[in-house]
Amino acid sequence: MEKYLSHTGSVLPLRRSNVDTDQIIPAVYLKRVTKSGFEDGLFGAWRNDPEFVLNKAEFAGATILVAGVDFGTGSSREHAVWALQNYGFKVVLSSRFADIFRGNSQKAGLLTVVIDQAEIEAIWSAVEADPKTQVTVDLEAKTVSYGSKSIAFTIDDYTRWRLMEGLDDIGLTLKNIDSVSSFEQSRPSFKPKTLPALS
Amino acid sequence: MGKTLAEKIWADHIVRQHEGEPDLIYIDLHLIHEVTSPQAFDGLRLANRKVRRPELTIATEDHNVPTTDIDKPIADPVSKLQVDTLRKNCAEFGVRIHSLGDVEQGIVHVVGPQLGITQPGMTIVCGDSHTSTHGAFGALAFGIGTSEVEHVLATQTLPLVRPKTMAINVEGKLKPGVTSKDIILAIIAKIGTGGGQGYVLEYRGSAIRALSMESRMTVCNMSIEAGARAGLIAPDEITFEYLKSKPHAPKGADWDAAVSYWKTLQSDSDAKFDVEISLNADELEPFVTWGTNPGQGLPLNSKVPNPAEISDPEARGAAERALTYMGLVAGTPLKDIKVDTIFLGSCTNGRIEDLRSAADVLKGKKISKEVRMLVVPGSARVRLQAESEGLDKVFLDAGAEWRTAGCSMCLGMNPDQLAVGERSASTSNRNFEGRQGKGGRTHLVSPLVAAATAIRGTLSSPADL
Repeated sequence: MEKYLSHTGSVLPLRRSNVDTDQIIPAVYLKRVTKSGFEDGLFGAWRNDPEFVLNKAEFAGATILVAGVDFGTGSSREHAVWALQNYGFKVVLSSRFADIFRGNSQKAGLLTVVIDQAEIEAIWSAVEADPKTQVTVDLEAKTVSYGSKSIAFTIDDYTRWRLMEGLDDIGLTLKNIDSVSSFEQSRPSFKPKTLPALS
Repeated sequence: MGKTLAEKIWADHIVRQHEGEPDLIYIDLHLIHEVTSPQAFDGLRLANRKVRRPELTIATEDHNVPTTDIDKPIADPVSKLQVDTLRKNCAEFGVRIHSLGDVEQGIVHVVGPQLGITQPGMTIVCGDSHTSTHGAFGALAFGIGTSEVEHVLATQTLPLVRPKTMAINVEGKLKPGVTSKDIILAIIAKIGTGGGQGYVLEYRGSAIRALSMESRMTVCNMSIEAGARAGLIAPDEITFEYLKSKPHAPKGADWDAAVSYWKTLQSDSDAKFDVEISLNADELEPFVTWGTNPGQGLPLNSKVPNPAEISDPEARGAAERALTYMGLVAGTPLKDIKVDTIFLGSCTNGRIEDLRSAADVLKGKKISKEVRMLVVPGSARVRLQAESEGLDKVFLDAGAEWRTAGCSMCLGMNPDQLAVGERSASTSNRNFEGRQGKGGRTHLVSPLVAAATAIRGTLSSPADL
């Protein structure tokens, strides 16, 4: 996973709440067996509308998505995270994320940052007034800044450390695999097994 | 202070706890399917890792599979590749798989309970958000992404931050014609699609206790639609009775040991939930959604809401967008809404009791000439059971299509889709824009409402017949 320290880029203002993962990447695009190539399906249905914000020339090249409340609800598909990353997004800002989407993004290295809705609105207005507005999301300093504004955000220290170091969770767990083996010794015998198959 | 049920299960599965880190939680059962697993197996291969505990892992084919002509190769080459990839991965890593045509094939959340590998007090995960279904047995069960699928395959654990707990007390008695689907739709309408975010929900109270196992699964299934990764119900005699005859249920002395453990799986009377909410079951009516998220629902006797009367600007904007997408006019009685498609099935309502209740309504009647109705059993076993009871004939005689098992039109990854502008009454779980097919419009309903709607052609309950 790529290390994340700080990123500066332009913003795609997505003035919608409850953006579910079926909108981020519709199910028909989920048939790939790789983690790449999902950018064509990003916001698949909405992109048919030439007025959709992703289609507007002034926001081309945006790397920071700023969305309404409850971003990433619904399906657990990590393809939603890959689609955003494949398209070029590094960060998503919202006032609330769905749990599974947030977990997936943190595993895959897409930074998701929660800030107040009022701050989201302020960024939308600033970016709509000047699409070239550069926003910096600094994970080390835990700030979102643009122009003269700087907004502090919180993130748990463990996730921040993992993202800043670009660490893979499986490698971290395997360092403690002995504790898994000893836990397994104490599992009750009545717990079910799938093998051999009984029916 | 006492513990909640979720806290007890959590405590029983902590492999490692360290200040400033997430808890490392042991996973008792890992369910996999074709859509969210290929990249995880690839990751294992790249790192030269094995599946740590194949005997705690099981796979089935459900999301992509056709529900007709299953004896022929899958027509869509991309779907076929994904299914073939799962088969190859399972063979290579030693994972049990139930493929299309196998008697145990079906929707992953229907298969686990019917095999009896879903049991109280377990931790269960799957790369599918409706894994919350298994919470009906008093298991801590939740959906995960593909990175986590790979993590569980490699280590049989997950690093997790302990969620908060929310009690949802549903007291009283449901009126005839009101089902567990209506309970959960009413809960989601009350707390919203983000209301459960960060919580494990525990459904409690006399109305929940009175539900069958299958009805409890319907409630827990849609916990994610309220934003909660997991929802659960304490196990009781109804749970034990359901499990006893299942193939993988413990036997002999193991059964006794299991039951005595399962009986401890209750929230203590002095346990404190972070949040408690209540719902009166006596007052519930059949519930339907009018919008494009599962929180946008109302009793069937209501009218399409007027966004102008919604004070919260965020909710007002969402309602305006939803009405435009759904092609609905504020003030229209919900019962005047005409549908062209009925979908009976899914991990929410594709079990035998769901098919029986719909068949009861349809028996001796014909569905409207204006509608098509797909009946898709949740598993091959459910299909066989239904056929042994003659339910297939009831559906076919009424004019419905009798299909083979899979996720089908719940998400339209296979050919079962709505066309642009088509409108369904669907027993599934999500009414998102385009969920059942690009441009399709979905109203979430119970199996009873689905059956009555099929007959009348407009959103209806059996009382309207």
